[in-house]
Amino acid sequence: MNDGPGIKARSRILARLRAAPQPPLSDRPPPGAADWTPPVHGPTRLARFRAMLEASRAEVHEVTAADWPARLRELLTDRGVARLLYAPNSEIGRRLAAAWSAAGPDAGGPALVAYDRPVEEMKPVLVDGVDAALTGSRGGIAHTGSVVLWPTAEEPRLMSLLPPLHVALVEEAALADSLSHAIAAWGWPRGMPANALLISGPSRTADIEQTLAYGVHGPKALIVLVIVQ
Amino acid sequence: MTPETRTATGTPRAAFTGKAPAALNDPRLRANFRRAMDGLMAKRAAQFADPAEWAALRARGTEARARALAKLPELLERLERRCTENGIVVHWAETPAEANAIVLGILQAAGARRVIKGKSMVTEEIHLNAHLEAHGITTVESDLGEYIIQLAGEAPSHIVMPCIHKNKAEIAALFAARIPGQGYTETVDELTAAARRTLRGEFARADAGISGVNFAVAETGTLVLIENEGNGRLSTTLPPLHIAVTGIEKALENLEDVPPLLSLLTRSATGQPITTYVNMISGPRRPGEKDGPHAVHLVLLDNGRSRIYGDPELRDTLRCIRCAACMNHCPVYTRVGGHTYTFTYPGPIGKILTPQIEGLDCAGDQPHASSLCGACAEVCPVQIPIPELLVRLRGEAVHPGPAAVAVKGGGSGYTLFESLGWRCSTLVFTSPRLYRTVGRLAGWFGTLMPGWLPPLNRWTRFRSKPRFARHSLHQLARKGGYDHE
Amino acid sequence: MSGREVSGHDVGRDVPEKPEAVYFFGTCLVDLFYPEAGMAGMALLKSQGIRVIFPPDQTCCGQPARNNGWFEQARAVARQQIKCFPKPIPVVVPSGSCAGMMARHYPDLFAGQPDEAEVRAFAARVHELTWFLVHVCRLTPTDHGPPVTVAFHGSCHSQREMGVRDEPRQLLRALANVTVADLQRPAECCGFGGTFSVRQPGISAAMARDKVTDIATSGAGEVLSGDCGCLLNLSGVMERTGVPIRARHIAEFLVERGLAGETRP
Repeated sequence: MNDGPGIKARSRILARLRAAPQPPLSDRPPPGAADWTPPVHGPTRLARFRAMLEASRAEVHEVTAADWPARLRELLTDRGVARLLYAPNSEIGRRLAAAWSAAGPDAGGPALVAYDRPVEEMKPVLVDGVDAALTGSRGGIAHTGSVVLWPTAEEPRLMSLLPPLHVALVEEAALADSLSHAIAAWGWPRGMPANALLISGPSRTADIEQTLAYGVHGPKALIVLVIVQ
Repeated sequence: MTPETRTATGTPRAAFTGKAPAALNDPRLRANFRRAMDGLMAKRAAQFADPAEWAALRARGTEARARALAKLPELLERLERRCTENGIVVHWAETPAEANAIVLGILQAAGARRVIKGKSMVTEEIHLNAHLEAHGITTVESDLGEYIIQLAGEAPSHIVMPCIHKNKAEIAALFAARIPGQGYTETVDELTAAARRTLRGEFARADAGISGVNFAVAETGTLVLIENEGNGRLSTTLPPLHIAVTGIEKALENLEDVPPLLSLLTRSATGQPITTYVNMISGPRRPGEKDGPHAVHLVLLDNGRSRIYGDPELRDTLRCIRCAACMNHCPVYTRVGGHTYTFTYPGPIGKILTPQIEGLDCAGDQPHASSLCGACAEVCPVQIPIPELLVRLRGEAVHPGPAAVAVKGGGSGYTLFESLGWRCSTLVFTSPRLYRTVGRLAGWFGTLMPGWLPPLNRWTRFRSKPRFARHSLHQLARKGGYDHE
Repeated sequence: MSGREVSGHDVGRDVPEKPEAVYFFGTCLVDLFYPEAGMAGMALLKSQGIRVIFPPDQTCCGQPARNNGWFEQARAVARQQIKCFPKPIPVVVPSGSCAGMMARHYPDLFAGQPDEAEVRAFAARVHELTWFLVHVCRLTPTDHGPPVTVAFHGSCHSQREMGVRDEPRQLLRALANVTVADLQRPAECCGFGGTFSVRQPGISAAMARDKVTDIATSGAGEVLSGDCGCLLNLSGVMERTGVPIRARHIAEFLVERGLAGETRP
């Protein structure tokens, strides 16, 4: 709140709201509200997560903590990805770089492009200079098939948005049944990042005659690698 | 009701009625809407196939919205406090003019010349683009549907799918004419790619992004924005400055209120279990972060909402989460399309919201543009009793309530002719002997009533004249021995 | 939340015991335009061994005034009806719309009025005819007619205010020689809407024509409804556009198929 007229507007709006009569039942939940409980999937959690993502045209692959860098290289090579944007200072970024360099130059695969400077200096690279990006995730939501991204200083927001292909790593152990479960179990109300995201497929639109088209602004494709125990 | 009473502002009181015939006589428009609405209804129905789940979820969502409204002044203050702590600058605007001035001021202070916009109905409500353009700031809509209608110089015809009134051929012709280097193609993928190409450059060049808000969570100072395309994320992430504009009613108490409402919203709107992106913004770029805007502003707009809030019955209007299910299921909207409604919000929700924001003197015909079929209320995920509120507003139009809570333009629908009509019918219906006499007379002479006589001529324009029965049920029942106790 | 009835909820109504006697509220549309539908409705009730009382001082439920915002006038008309039905027995109405006015909107209309409690008690006694025949009388109609295909149009208010969904079709399905044709959009409004039909004649007619097309392409030779407002609208359009489909009240049809010549007065 910083401007004179705004202060007047604020106090007038709040005064009008406070003057309003509160209906007698205003704070009583209508019948049935307590009947709702967030959906539960339990043992079928991973199956649900996969099915929902695939229904949204995402690709899902099960990988292990040991083999995912190699699997990723295969997948990207098959797709003809030449340049992969990665976060060099994140844990998975370090793991990726180490694994790929250990495999040696003969292993092939895309060149790594680091997101290591502020966006202002990276715009041309981000918009046009990479074919794919790899991010980690905070976890996943089984019910809706959503990857939860919790961007950080190491792993910036635009990685999951600008390149035409987004690959996200999700730990099976970090799958929640529903968004409600995730909010409660992970303690979201105690502290939100500047930007939290649920991503449930590639970018899409149905604005032209309700015909689905992919990649209108964000990635045309989403690959989710689930690290199973 | 006088059809074309003009108000001081020059808005026809009956703009809807005036525009309806043209829409009804446009077979392409009607086909576009029919096809789109049939598709949206089927998708929504598939999402809510389990009536018990629907009932419980709906009750929970309604409860969350009702609770937020019950605590609204307190929640707005908490929202402001938490946003401020998160580094979001909060502004309050009573009127569209104030909101526009605030946004312009922020942009000018930042030296912004180009703005990229995510889809936002509230910025349509305040006509923000026109205001910014008038002050030399270029605004580019980035939602594909909004981009299409901006190219066409039109307003949205639907609050979720803004260019639903256009078919592929119309969009293909528009793109060929307006996007340099773009040939005519009806292939949706190619049209989409053309928009992506053009807009990528706009995103990269934009000095600021402007968006709306789906839910503003007071508990954490979080702005929740949902979308499928990614343009909303781009608008709020790539430019150095992000301004979010929202109506004050969008506040929610807790983060845990979001999941049920999110589920209701996306499933009701487009039949999706969730949108591709759910973007939760709780502040600008933090120290050390490499992207995100350096500054985030939130403009809280009243524009009549606190007045609506003052009436315990009309307040239910403010529960709306803008899913558009009411218009998707409305037989009137399906036949006349969104532009007939003239103002920003079409369909059933528009019919109750517009007269309350703009006044019954501006949109007094809208509450009457409904058969009260109730399809809207049946699908409303937050149980807004739309038909009841339409009737309430019809009442306000002829008998305004006490000045303190009166709807703007209340009483403007009163005419001596109608008043006389309702008083006469009441006299007949409260005097059984008179009623029976009228019934007998109708049986004898009713058929002689000329079909051209107003308002009967409005019926006979499209239908045969109703035929009074020779003997009324009263007469037959008496003969049949049903009469007495 | 204002705590009023919210339309759109699925409307559950308590099923009363089958009574010895009922009141019949004919409605003004039936009274003046479709009296045979009213007679048929009473005949059906009578055939179930129920004594039917038709209080002669009844007129109109008051819905037109209420729907147009003339609440005081609507209350005056409503009071006139309520005093016609003093005994604590069911009030059966051959119209979902008028029944909806009495059962659902009277309580709202009288909120805060001195006679609110009395009105609420009355409202709870109001039932739509087909619902009453199915749930209270447990009627299984008989069929002595020739094979015929019919369509059923359920009024918006019968469905959404009175919770009458499958009941009319259930009655029709019980008729051996009657085929019930499926409509493409069975739940969509026919465009009547009372004064809507004259305030927005073009939109109303567009809706009615679409409904007529739906009926005509369903293969039905006759369209039935539980509401005479819809019938007036649909038959008016069909006559004007030369669609040779008969429109009448479901009660009349049921009587003709099964009770003709027996209990028909």
